[in-house]
Amino acid sequence: MTFTIQIENGTEVRNAEADSQRTLYPYVTGTSVVAIKYKDGILMASDMGGSYGSTLRYKNVERMKAIGKHSLLGASGEISDFQEILRYLDELTLNDNMWDDGNSLGPKEVHNYLTRVMYNRRNKFNPLWNTLVLGGVKNGEKYLGMVSMIGVSFEDNHVATGFGNHLARPILRDEWREDLSFEEGVKLLEKCMRVLLYRDRSAINKLQIAKMTEEGVTVSEPYSLKTFWEFKAFTNPTVGAEGSWLYDN
Amino acid sequence: MFRNQYDTDVTTWSPTGRLFQVEYAMEAVKQGSAAIGLRSRSHVVLACVNKAQSELSSHQRKIFKVDDHIGVAIAGLTADGRVLSRYMRSESINHSFTYESPLSVGRLVVRLADKAQVCTQRSWKRPYGVGLLVGGLDESGAHLYYNCPSGNYFEYQAFAIGSRSQAAKTYLERRYESFQESSREDLIKDAIMAIRETLQGETLKSSLCTVSVLGVEEPFHFLDQESIQKVIDTFEKVPEEEEDAGEGEAEPEAAPVAAGTGEQGGSGDQDVAPMEM
Repeated sequence: MTFTIQIENGTEVRNAEADSQRTLYPYVTGTSVVAIKYKDGILMASDMGGSYGSTLRYKNVERMKAIGKHSLLGASGEISDFQEILRYLDELTLNDNMWDDGNSLGPKEVHNYLTRVMYNRRNKFNPLWNTLVLGGVKNGEKYLGMVSMIGVSFEDNHVATGFGNHLARPILRDEWREDLSFEEGVKLLEKCMRVLLYRDRSAINKLQIAKMTEEGVTVSEPYSLKTFWEFKAFTNPTVGAEGSWLYDN
Repeated sequence: MFRNQYDTDVTTWSPTGRLFQVEYAMEAVKQGSAAIGLRSRSHVVLACVNKAQSELSSHQRKIFKVDDHIGVAIAGLTADGRVLSRYMRSESINHSFTYESPLSVGRLVVRLADKAQVCTQRSWKRPYGVGLLVGGLDESGAHLYYNCPSGNYFEYQAFAIGSRSQAAKTYLERRYESFQESSREDLIKDAIMAIRETLQGETLKSSLCTVSVLGVEEPFHFLDQESIQKVIDTFEKVPEEEEDAGEGEAEPEAAPVAAGTGEQGGSGDQDVAPMEM
């Protein structure tokens, strides 16, 4: 699919078409996804923003989708690549259903398939510019894993992408427990998303939380978190700072 | 079989709607030495008769491991069987690599059947002359399939293919209703007894048969000669008494014999090969 046309001009060789067929940088991106295992399955949260560089351009982007009967996929990074991945998975689940034989793809299989795809693309220097979170429940077993754009993949009890790794995971490491109830799980995720909202400039205050259990997937309606901006440090950020004329009296 | 003007190549139909080349391929299966498969809810046993060309040679391998959870026994042209086993191993390992999950037996069998079908519809090919008993375990339970050179496949509780397989099938037909709930040990015993039926009078020795097992939490593996001989000893007392023990497919007869295995095993088995130790 990648064509190389070499135009020789003395000592210089230019690949005219080749570069236009590879992903070099992302354009419309989604920010963090955070996910945890809880008592009955998986909870995943992401906001609905699609940034175009530093502009918060799209505010209704669903970055979490159900895959088959048993899995939930969340993505951060290039939105168009996420849509491409959804097309791959569509084909995969379709073929799986066509067998019509009582076997179905579980989250582990989908996760490994995605790992193979991501790693393969990375090897061709044409990555899908996403970090994916794959969660699911099958036959009572909960599964939560992550794949990055270079094909690094692993499983854990709680995962996050992008900024979530730096801001949300420390909270989760302290406060995550094996037997969180649904309400406790949502509260924990909201705590993480609130921190991200305050501190990640590409986050917007419109998020969805998706729940995956043995019964299936439900993605919540979009909603906003309550925020508080009247902290003293926010109202007068330079009070007491080096060189400022404002003092805290 | 008869020769006629419609049997020269596989792409010629006969006026009665038959593809003779395919049927001749199925004849090749019937000429091979017997292979038997049985399954319970949790285990699958594949067994076959080892026939060597001559006393000087070793016997041909007829049972192959495809993966930890799938095994295949073949009858017919063993070269074709080897090639198909390699194909199955390849499919299985590719699936495991991509999905990190074992390939379900039903899907493997369909791919195998489709591969066989191709050979019945190309003028430059010939059908595979081998029948395959594919046994495996997946999330929907234990399965046993029979793949035909024609490209058909069927699922079975128990089946036998190859020469003198009818005798084994008769035995299996009598007993198959108990297989689903059978224990692993009983299943193995039934397999060996079915093998004995195909030998028709010849003394049953562990050197004559190969038995393989796979099941829940038990990856595919072959039973060693010792274990096979132990099972044989539970229903074969002495070579001369074979006919009496033959009647004892009724379990009550086998049970008291099993209790006395310790004494029976040592008594007068002059035919037992030196490897039995």
